[in-house]
Amino acid sequence: MNRWLPIEWTMAVRFLREGRLQTIFIIGGISIGVGVIVFMSAMLAGLQANFIKRVLTSQPQIQLLSPDQIARPLRNTAGEIEDAVVQRPSQRVISIDQWPKIRAQMQAMPEIVTVSPTILGSVLAVRGDASRSVNLSGVEPDSYFKIVKVPDYIVAGEPRLTSEDIIIGTELAKDLGATVGDKLNIRAASGAMRVLTISGIVDLGNKGVNQRVCYAALRTAQSLLGMIGGVTTIDITVGDIYAAEDIAQRIQAANVVEADSWIRTNAQFFTAVQAQQNTNTLIRLFVGLSVAFGIAAVLIVSVIQRSKDIGILRAMGTSRGQVLRVFLLQGGLLGFVGSLFGAAMGAFALVYWHSVARQADGTELFPLILERSLFIYTALLATGTGILAAMAPAIRAAKLDPVVAIRG
Amino acid sequence: MADAILKLERVCKAYNVGLPTETEVLHDIDLELDHGEFLALIGPSGSGKSTLLNIVGLLDRPTSGRLSIKGHDTASLGDAEITRLRGHTIGFVFQYHLLISAFTARENVMMPMLVDRGFPSAEIEVRADRLLAQVGLEKFAGNLANNMSGGQQQRVAVARALAMGPDLVLADEPTGNLDTRSADAVFELMRQVNRDSGTSFLLVTHNMDLAQRCDRIIEVIDGRIRA
Repeated sequence: MNRWLPIEWTMAVRFLREGRLQTIFIIGGISIGVGVIVFMSAMLAGLQANFIKRVLTSQPQIQLLSPDQIARPLRNTAGEIEDAVVQRPSQRVISIDQWPKIRAQMQAMPEIVTVSPTILGSVLAVRGDASRSVNLSGVEPDSYFKIVKVPDYIVAGEPRLTSEDIIIGTELAKDLGATVGDKLNIRAASGAMRVLTISGIVDLGNKGVNQRVCYAALRTAQSLLGMIGGVTTIDITVGDIYAAEDIAQRIQAANVVEADSWIRTNAQFFTAVQAQQNTNTLIRLFVGLSVAFGIAAVLIVSVIQRSKDIGILRAMGTSRGQVLRVFLLQGGLLGFVGSLFGAAMGAFALVYWHSVARQADGTELFPLILERSLFIYTALLATGTGILAAMAPAIRAAKLDPVVAIRG
Repeated sequence: MADAILKLERVCKAYNVGLPTETEVLHDIDLELDHGEFLALIGPSGSGKSTLLNIVGLLDRPTSGRLSIKGHDTASLGDAEITRLRGHTIGFVFQYHLLISAFTARENVMMPMLVDRGFPSAEIEVRADRLLAQVGLEKFAGNLANNMSGGQQQRVAVARALAMGPDLVLADEPTGNLDTRSADAVFELMRQVNRDSGTSFLLVTHNMDLAQRCDRIIEVIDGRIRA
């Protein structure tokens, strides 16, 4: 008998050890439950991280734009409009009013990580006889590349953007028959024209985007699009991606800009992520509940089987509190031991599934994320669930009338 | 009497009190047990012997009357105090020995001391071994309860009842399940302990032969004592 262990611990361990088959089966049940939780949590975390990485490394989390230009109809008197139909005016590409000041304000906000002014416009990319209409993004590479990880998507050349450089999408390079080092003639609708050198070719993972994407230095794009010193958007990343919508609303309320968060512009994607999280939570909850009921059922049976032992223990001076602790400890021990086996099972299943489940191009379906915190959290949760599940049987055991218990 | 370890005055016990099915099983019991006395409690089945033993053992409470153990009136004591008094003053030996099967003979004897102190210690082990030697089972100290004969288990139960050095041992038909030879050995063991340590014994038995070897016989019939 271990001299460091309180007698309640020794009793709990001995009782579990004596009911060997019962203990093995319930630990098996807990292990499967914990294994499912570990497997699903880690796999969904991986899938989600992958989706979020793909979405959020190819677009800003908040984008500030000039507010829509609206028609202001003439009024005769208050509330009386002269024209019956008010037509929406065409939207000119205009710069954000006082954008350097807004940028400085954004940089001062603690929840904002990166701020990058950008100019966007449509231009014509011409090479020889081939020409394509493309979207030109004029960016400051130092800050913009922290928002959209262009360097990560470069497939040829380098992510260099001097005033003479341009980075284009893979499909556009194919359409124009161009490669790194080739010259491209960029023409704006206003007639402005520049010859730029392809410094890099980028693959953003979407054919349509790759056909139209072009990056140039901010000043180059400003001169091409006829907006010297102006920017059309300010791109932002934030610390907590799920707070992006709240932050966007606060920015919009305090400034004369329109602030779009990734949550609003990717509503469907965000809904899918939320649905996935909710499903995961529900599955974990129900698995946890079934584990808890399993532990409770086994311990209730144990209390009935051990009623004579409980009776004699009470007769020899064991307090109700000690009896309560013996059964709570059994619940906790079942949960803890089950969580160790379950975590190992879940991790093994995840590693196996990660190795066999591949995308069509052979790349991994999801990154393997096995964080220590998941195992610690699961072990704590399973132990806590075990103790909670043991509450009813333990109270029942503690309340047993020793006379009735001894009589059986 | 100043020397009484146990004193019952007009103790009654009824079940289903206040209901139409109320049944009184003990009526106005007056009983005293002196220090070092070995008392036999006899009576037919259903006469109330076990109920009386449970009340004396503080496992049950009387409906009315007064129960004193070592001069302490137990009526005013709470559950925790009753449990403590029971653990320190009274030892139990039951008909079905009731050893805890998950533990060895030595650990079963240690158990009352373990639940009292919380942790095992060398001192507790030494005392358990001494008690096992006293009942002639030192060689079986490491045996699990289920790996011993009925007589051996009952002797372990006697050793366990003596673990806390109680003033009173309550034995509810301790030989009822044993063959004559084992029954005699267990009874002699209790008698020996009674003589050597002065521990009082209250023995419930159907065996008149054993009862007649006790200091005094009390007969319970229909919930009343007939001296």
